Amino acid sequence: MRTWLERQRYVVDFTLSSLARRKGKNLALLAVYALVVFSLASVLFFAHALRHESRAVLRDAPELLVQRVVAGRHDLLPQAWVATVAGIRGVSGARGRLWGYYFDPPSRANYTVMVPERFWGAKGQLVIGAGVARARGAAPGDQFPLKAADGTYLTLVVREVIPAESELVSADLLLVGEEDFRTLFDVAPGTFTDVAVSVRNAKEVQTVAGKVTRLLPSARPITRSEIVRTYDSILDWRSGLVVVVLAGALLAFVIVAWDKASGLSAEEKREIGILKAIGWETSDVLLMKVWEGAVVSLAAFAVGVLGAYAHVFLGDVALLAPVLRGWSTLYPAFRLVPSVDPYQVATLFFLTVVPYTVATVVPCWRAATIDPDSVMRT
Amino acid sequence: MRASSRFLLFLAAAALGFAGAARHAAAERERRAAEVEARTALVRRLGLTDLALFTEARYTRHPSQADRFTPFQEHPSSLEHFPSGSIAAPPRD
Repeated sequence: MRTWLERQRYVVDFTLSSLARRKGKNLALLAVYALVVFSLASVLFFAHALRHESRAVLRDAPELLVQRVVAGRHDLLPQAWVATVAGIRGVSGARGRLWGYYFDPPSRANYTVMVPERFWGAKGQLVIGAGVARARGAAPGDQFPLKAADGTYLTLVVREVIPAESELVSADLLLVGEEDFRTLFDVAPGTFTDVAVSVRNAKEVQTVAGKVTRLLPSARPITRSEIVRTYDSILDWRSGLVVVVLAGALLAFVIVAWDKASGLSAEEKREIGILKAIGWETSDVLLMKVWEGAVVSLAAFAVGVLGAYAHVFLGDVALLAPVLRGWSTLYPAFRLVPSVDPYQVATLFFLTVVPYTVATVVPCWRAATIDPDSVMRT
Repeated sequence: MRASSRFLLFLAAAALGFAGAARHAAAERERRAAEVEARTALVRRLGLTDLALFTEARYTRHPSQADRFTPFQEHPSSLEHFPSGSIAAPPRD
């Protein structure tokens, strides 16, 4: 065993000194390789942590929501709908919700205006998300004018700012009382945006949703599991264009790596010829090449994955943030709770380390089996 | 020092790095459990349905509540025109 280990160490010594002879080329390859692993791992870690977070947070979203669809669009629904839904067997509670969007010209941001079930402020007061407070430079006690549907200004007073730790779900929220909401958007009394439904038995949610569409044919029921599935699918890294772009980079790297690894240079061929002439077996040459591939890919994998972890969970995803922010001017400041899927890391390992090592060995096996004399002469 | 010893040291440092990352992740999860609970409590209290990640349009702010045919909803066969569409695919049933 000891002899075997010592033999491996001598081969690694030789491999590293061989790599050091072409230092510039190999360092450039290592840097590009590590960058590809870093980019892929950053997207994987970010999407996984966000999906994990959305599942944890949205597990308490309403069990069932009922929207009214008119001409293919979400529309306000009458009070009678709330009563109809509440009357369905298995439903333990139904409440008409009021919420909508407000575009704020001064900050050029969209806010979500919402009436909580029990608004704790008084009429004329509002509670704002931390993102809104940042965008408008507002603090508790400040006046907050909003342009109402009739063109006049409705001036509310900021009661409090929702704590920043909840920014991921509340950055753009304006919480107001029912009366202020109806004044702001000119929503007639007795009409609601949608209905939030509580169901006694979680297994009956689909049955209740079916009954809703039978009783109210223009209704669109949305279950909590659909909400969670929506986030699972929109945060699925395989479906994002970022991965399409990264896949392009990955393919370009595969071509470079394949070319570098498979097209042995004349110098490398000569080296193999000399090694064989001085007594190296074909298996020794192959062992050296396995180590060469393993050294480069293991180093790139370690640097790339650890860099990606630091980027996503310590550096606030600085490089992906511009893509995430998109065109929105109001963006939640949040730091993801680290959550890494070992399966993803293993997949990344087998997608990066193994192919490169194999690509290094195959052409070398061809060169190593040729007569050393003819290899050295070419 | 032999080159192989240096490489072994590098591998040991990388293994330590991975172990450190795992430890950091576990410690952060424990330390921030109350923060996650506060978010969940707010979702429960207000009946929220979506994350406030992309606020540029109603169908990116509330993808789970948006019309079924997003992102082509502005007019028939219009293309998705927000950059967030590049990382978030349209919702699937």
